[in-house]
Amino acid sequence: MIKQVFKRPDALKDNIFHYCPGCGHSVIHRLVAEVIDELGIRGKTVGVPPAGCAVLAYNYLDVDMGEAPHGRAVAVATGIKRCRPDLVVFTYQGDGDIAAIGTAETVHAANRGERLTVIFVNNGCYGMTGGQMAPTTLLGQTTTTTPGGRIQLRDGFPVDLSQMLAVAGGSVYIERTAVTSPKNIIKTKKALKKAFKVQMDDLGFSLVEILSACPTNWKLSSVDSCKRIEDEVIKQYPLMVIKDTTGTHSGADEGA
Amino acid sequence: MGKKRLMRGSHVIAEAATLAGCRFYAGYPITPQNELPEYLSGRFAKLEDATFIQAESELAAINMVMGASMTGVRAMTSSSSPGISLKQEGISYMAGMELPAVVANIMRGGPGLGNIAPSQQDYFQATRGGGHGDYRTIVLAPHSGQELVTLTMKAFDLADTYRTPVILLGDGLMGQMMEPVTFPEPIEPSALPKKEWTLDGAMERDSRLICSLRLDPFKMEQHNWKLARKYAAICERETEHESYLLDDAVVAVVAFGTAARIAKGAVNRVRKEGLKAGLFRPITLWPFPENEIRALTRSVKHILVFEMNFGQMVEDVRLSVGEKATVHFHGRPGGIISTPHEIADAITRLVYRHELC
Repeated sequence: MIKQVFKRPDALKDNIFHYCPGCGHSVIHRLVAEVIDELGIRGKTVGVPPAGCAVLAYNYLDVDMGEAPHGRAVAVATGIKRCRPDLVVFTYQGDGDIAAIGTAETVHAANRGERLTVIFVNNGCYGMTGGQMAPTTLLGQTTTTTPGGRIQLRDGFPVDLSQMLAVAGGSVYIERTAVTSPKNIIKTKKALKKAFKVQMDDLGFSLVEILSACPTNWKLSSVDSCKRIEDEVIKQYPLMVIKDTTGTHSGADEGA
Repeated sequence: MGKKRLMRGSHVIAEAATLAGCRFYAGYPITPQNELPEYLSGRFAKLEDATFIQAESELAAINMVMGASMTGVRAMTSSSSPGISLKQEGISYMAGMELPAVVANIMRGGPGLGNIAPSQQDYFQATRGGGHGDYRTIVLAPHSGQELVTLTMKAFDLADTYRTPVILLGDGLMGQMMEPVTFPEPIEPSALPKKEWTLDGAMERDSRLICSLRLDPFKMEQHNWKLARKYAAICERETEHESYLLDDAVVAVVAFGTAARIAKGAVNRVRKEGLKAGLFRPITLWPFPENEIRALTRSVKHILVFEMNFGQMVEDVRLSVGEKATVHFHGRPGGIISTPHEIADAITRLVYRHELC
């Protein structure tokens, strides 16, 4: 008798990922699919993919998906969730999407405490358009639009969107993780599961920021990309639970 | 039909939307349409299945409407000219995704910030799609309180039938003016035809996708042609206009919305003087009633287009009639409301200059 110990999650389609070797999206997609399976919510989940490499997430995640214009994912998700509170609604967004063009939508959705789960993949550049400077690009980091490296005087500081969202009254759970090692990947999955549960328990806005590699645009190997995250990126964006008020209040009694 | 109620235009749109089964509204404050969301915020608060959101921006509002529409709920937003410019992103996406929605534009003067006075400056924007891409939106132009009821409700039906955004094109005067109206019985959302394409969770069915991305140019082209066939069907079936005193007319005024209301008064005035003038009023601005206007040229050789801008619909009238009639134009941009007297003068001058009496 052969016992199956590992399989493709039901929520993950049997398609070959188009992502570059070493890109974090493939791992993160799988984690999302595993969490959806384990929570048993495939039949009531709706995902909103962003503009960017992960717009094609709908080729891989076997749930209902509705595409959003660049930066507007949480606004689209808000419309879906408010009309169908029984659904589990998540957005999947990159750093340019969420922390530059979509800042306003994201801050206000968090502030309203929209019952959404945001999966924020931070790779420090605009991957799909060819590696331009993102709001999260580190100081000194070379990109196609910061050829000599990002300079604070000209380009501003790296944006820490998760911290910004933590001060919003409606955000309940925000954690930053990475997918650079098996340990970090397991932590990321736990964070994702918790973020979905926060929504399902009707507590408020939840977000997981995941530090992820873009070897192609960083012009590094997959291994060196992970090393760069652990040596350099984590200094700017430490892995931590940024906000967790799940034990202290529930969204339901906030207005009372 | 219920009893007559005296209501301002913005409230009429809001009430008619509710009666049409609209259960989602997101918007952002802008004059002269604030009374619409103000009314709806109270109206929706009394309904268990309705959502009102004051959004952080016009962009957020239209994208919330997009999300709501994905679930199959009848959804709308409203704004005025500068805000509608911002909404064009979402309108383009919804045209591409084939999502129904109703967008009310209570136009003001412009360009730019302009003013808050009634204008018809957005005719081009509304009838040419407005945002990026090869698409059209259905555009309905009410000219009275009662028509705000019928066209608002019709807008939701058209949006659902053709899975496309519909623009209700009014102006500050239409939004503010109080007129007696009667409303039909409300439509319960549960009584509306079920939509088979909505996102509601892939429970015992394959997962669904609503998107406008088509990376393969051949697939994009296929989709474009699909939209083109839909637009052709709309042109075939949905063109609507009103003919007013045109049977014996030698000069026809062509005007829509508030301008048509003023033109009706002008036509009545010159008729009293014995001048044979009539009014042709496009009710759908897109599709434009081009065949009907062309048919008019069998008896009318002079057409006076009157708009509250410096000449936009006049181009469609010229395209419709070609060489079969002479098209004249009278317009006042910037938020000026012409009097019936002014338009009557314009008609009279035209009649005498061309010896039409």
